[in-house]
Amino acid sequence: MVKLEDYIPIVGAATVDELRLLAKHLEQKKIQNINSTAVGGGVAEILTRMIPLLNQMGVQARWDVIKGDEKFFAVTKKFHNGLHGVPTTVSNDEYEWFLEINRQNAEEMQFEDVVFVHDPQPVALIEKRQHIGKNWIWRCHIDFSKPDKNIWKFLEQYITRYDSAVFSAPAFARRLPIPQVLIAPSIDPLSDKNKELDEKYIDSVFERFKIDRSMAVVTQISRFDYLKDPVGVIKAYKLVRQHMDLQLVLAGGGATDDPEGPAIMQHVQEEAAGDKNIHVLFLPPGSDLEINALQRGSTIVLQKSLKEGFGLTVSEALWKGKPTIAGAVGGIPLQIAHKYSGILTHSIEGTAHWIKQLINEPEFARRLGVNGKEHIKNNFLITRHIKDYMLLFIALFHEGDVVSL
Amino acid sequence: MSEFYFSTKLDQPILLGMRAKNIPELLAGIQTVPESSIYYHTHRYLRQHHFLSPEPPNDFAYWITEVLNEDRLAERVSSVDIIQFKSLEALRNEFIDILQAHLELSERVPSAPAGEEFHFIAARTYVLHTPYIAHDIGEFAALLKNVSVGSLYYHIFEAKLRLEQGENDFSRWFRDQGKTELADRVARLDPYTYTLEGLRNKLIQLVETHGKA
Repeated sequence: MVKLEDYIPIVGAATVDELRLLAKHLEQKKIQNINSTAVGGGVAEILTRMIPLLNQMGVQARWDVIKGDEKFFAVTKKFHNGLHGVPTTVSNDEYEWFLEINRQNAEEMQFEDVVFVHDPQPVALIEKRQHIGKNWIWRCHIDFSKPDKNIWKFLEQYITRYDSAVFSAPAFARRLPIPQVLIAPSIDPLSDKNKELDEKYIDSVFERFKIDRSMAVVTQISRFDYLKDPVGVIKAYKLVRQHMDLQLVLAGGGATDDPEGPAIMQHVQEEAAGDKNIHVLFLPPGSDLEINALQRGSTIVLQKSLKEGFGLTVSEALWKGKPTIAGAVGGIPLQIAHKYSGILTHSIEGTAHWIKQLINEPEFARRLGVNGKEHIKNNFLITRHIKDYMLLFIALFHEGDVVSL
Repeated sequence: MSEFYFSTKLDQPILLGMRAKNIPELLAGIQTVPESSIYYHTHRYLRQHHFLSPEPPNDFAYWITEVLNEDRLAERVSSVDIIQFKSLEALRNEFIDILQAHLELSERVPSAPAGEEFHFIAARTYVLHTPYIAHDIGEFAALLKNVSVGSLYYHIFEAKLRLEQGENDFSRWFRDQGKTELADRVARLDPYTYTLEGLRNKLIQLVETHGKA
């Protein structure tokens, strides 16, 4: 099991000391996380790693998962799409079933001092508050910038009953009568996806995928999804290819639950056909070490998204000191300050321009990578995330904008 | 002889749900947001990018440059000499004056593309006592090497501007210790032109050179 001390060589003793100082102020409090899935997805991933660390510091944290049937999750999937701006209709019967499942769960659950509810699925547990009190926080992990109006109106009546709401990026904030806290997600520098790797292992992964490390390698790691613009990435590569030799790696999992998946794949393959320097890799789940190696062995990492929740793959690349070019959408501008810690682009042509520039100016590219890594170290590692959560919990027990501890 | 108690300060960003897509809206926001938002947008870079140099512009200047491409205005906004201001209200008024003067002369109002609006953020501040206590200048110099950047930040930036104490905490303590020259030299530094680690090194050097005198 990872120990808090394991992070000292990475973030420094002063940062870990600060976490311990904060934890002392939560010693008597019990924190209860509630979400809708124990495995899979970013929320489960971060809770799995974070809860043991909180407990090591003496903060009693636990994690409960609500139970639901197929119909319930079909409704919450509709919510998810609607909140992402996809036109969606939810019937009264479906809203009612959503509430019924939340009520059933609320009846069976024991609630602790701080109830920390993640995402929309368990949001209506807050109805229980009128009977039991407690401190309640709602954490939104998804892109909330253009939600479907009706679904938002339905959820808003529950969200506003919480003490605070937490969002991952400023664009997701709304005018709400409760405090809205900005807490970005994080990466774990000790996980398989991000830990240091042996150069030999990196070589072996490149050899396995037949990628030549002696030539520039430009890589995008992401699901094959129109919003990640894999076709735009290939078009940018083709513009660069006119002037220099390079290889393009597009690596990611297939989105098995995405009805558009096969069409995107076909489109990508057509666009990549006949060019031996384009490597389209389908990685099965559990390929974290391979992804880590592909990022580390690349010359430049791309994340040319057209829409993005937070885009943690950018943090992953920057953490490895890689010069990174990414679309200026969602949470990406929080991770990259343009021309300081990476490059933000808005078009295929702009992406091509910066790929050429960074390959031709390796010293500038190296400096972006160095700055980017420092930025991630200070702002997007799990230690910062834990600090933010503890500050959030502490604020529940103190009034005012300045909290003296 | 009094001791020096190192404190540290942590910020939690609070989203105000207000956004600006052009200069008139940025001005309207700056006129109405809480003081802690003016503080956040002029100091965030110090905390988040404390390794970068040359830097830092404030958030307003960064947005005006990178999103609106108004270079002349951005230069004016980024060159506001924050160290000269004794209160956040005075700093707020300086930004208001610059933006109003710009609007009087400008014929067009460029707009941010959708998704690249300026989002106003305020901050909730937490002040914690650390276990680090210096009983004399020697101990102070040794501890300076170990305290967090949050601690440096609190005693240098927060004390002066947000808590309106006129002088930074280190200079005040040096003065109490009879180290007037050291106090003056530290007070004269423009901390906004250093990275936080660079500032730490400069302070250590000053304490080692002038602390013994």
